[in-house]
Amino acid sequence: MKNRLKVLRAERDWSQGDLAERLGVSRQSVNAIETGRYDPSLPLAFRIAELFDLPIEAIFASPSAEA
Amino acid sequence: MVRSKAAWRYDRRVIVLSLIYAVFLLAAVWLFKHHMVTGAAAWVIAILPALPICGIFAAMGFYLVEETDEYVRVLMVRQTLWASGFALSIATVWGFLESFELVGHTASYWVSVLWFGGLGLGALANRLTLRRAA
Repeated sequence: MKNRLKVLRAERDWSQGDLAERLGVSRQSVNAIETGRYDPSLPLAFRIAELFDLPIEAIFASPSAEA
Repeated sequence: MVRSKAAWRYDRRVIVLSLIYAVFLLAAVWLFKHHMVTGAAAWVIAILPALPICGIFAAMGFYLVEETDEYVRVLMVRQTLWASGFALSIATVWGFLESFELVGHTASYWVSVLWFGGLGLGALANRLTLRRAA
């Protein structure tokens, strides 16, 4: 699933490690989500959205919209 | 990669259980070699080395429950699926070969050894497939 995580992170000058620490996950997880290799669960997607103070759809592109 | 608390607990459990396994195995082999156990005691002593191995399977289960990083958990689940498929497939093929008397009898605890080997195969599969997807 495409997402804007890398852009949002860069805007805040956060490293993957910084974001991982804020989310309580591993840097490996942040990397996997950013590169679209892993789609986060709904609870984690909400945590990400709350951290950036944005709605989920402003961060993650709907797979149906991508098609 | 920083290991999670759950991963450390898993490592510690596996190390302790492996040491217990070594002690139980050596003791059982020694006792049987010297014909020191018979009857019900023989059954108990024979089973003892298997228990820490069963414990390692349980430790894996605990790890999957305790790991809070969902992505890391998914990777481990994939590894265990590879391990199970690998071990069960070889055991099934071997079973038929043995039934038709094409190969000799092999102790079934080798399935566990295959499963642990399969974990390594799963780790390799994770690495290859996820690198390709990146």
